[in-house]
Amino acid sequence: MTTETNAPVAEETRQGPVYTPHVDIYEVEDELVLQADMPGVTGSEIDIRFEDGMLTVHGPVKPRHGEKTRFLAREYGVGDFRRTFKVTEMVDASRITAEYTAGVLTLHLPKVEAAKPRKISVNVN
Amino acid sequence: MTALRQQSGQTNGNRNVVRNPFDQLFQNFFASPLLESSSWTLGQRAFPPLNLWEENDFLYVEAEVPGLKMDQLEIFVKDGELTLHGKRGDAQQREYHRRERGQGAFQRVVKLPFEIDPEKVEATLVDGVLNIKLPKAEAAKPRKIEVKCS
Repeated sequence: MTTETNAPVAEETRQGPVYTPHVDIYEVEDELVLQADMPGVTGSEIDIRFEDGMLTVHGPVKPRHGEKTRFLAREYGVGDFRRTFKVTEMVDASRITAEYTAGVLTLHLPKVEAAKPRKISVNVN
Repeated sequence: MTALRQQSGQTNGNRNVVRNPFDQLFQNFFASPLLESSSWTLGQRAFPPLNLWEENDFLYVEAEVPGLKMDQLEIFVKDGELTLHGKRGDAQQREYHRRERGQGAFQRVVKLPFEIDPEKVEATLVDGVLNIKLPKAEAAKPRKIEVKCS
């Protein structure tokens, strides 16, 4: 299955804080589905990379308030989303697809075809 | 701080739980007496999280509600309170490997800091970000008081 690397909720970068999206990962017959809450992302700028068995999603978020906004209450910060997942060999990484709807990124991770059963012949001397 | 705590990743069942020891990054966030705690929380964080600010005779209430469409949200203004409620998720039984996104019905109540004009409240929902714009009632707008000099 798909496990993630440990990632902090928010890490500071030069551009500002980066947040770790909440995700669900579930398995259906022929694929794993990963859903990530990434509200406010510019969909066309989502960057998804697969490298060395690691899948990284990065969703840039444009600031929604001016720097001088005086908040009456503030329960969340606005910044990019990023998270990295370790993908096992059961996933066919070349066929991963993604869509972004209503602030949720959905990744489809198709399973590789299971190795077909083979008959092993025994040489008898 | 009841409505606002460090979130921790949460998974179903006995699977490993992600803990994020980065509390200091949240020191800029604050709870407010204007906000009531929500009926359910995501990890330890109220859902949906809210930001409130005031600008040019408007009160803005912004909420992160990923996965929700406008017809799944209800917004009421009554008796000096703004109420936001809705329901997220399809409640399907699935074989989850990881489950951090909350599901179910939620409600948040915001005590409005001043009188607003309920007829002119506007709400937009773009990419899972709900923005509610509430204009100050005429009576609540600041008025310049002329000082008579004799």
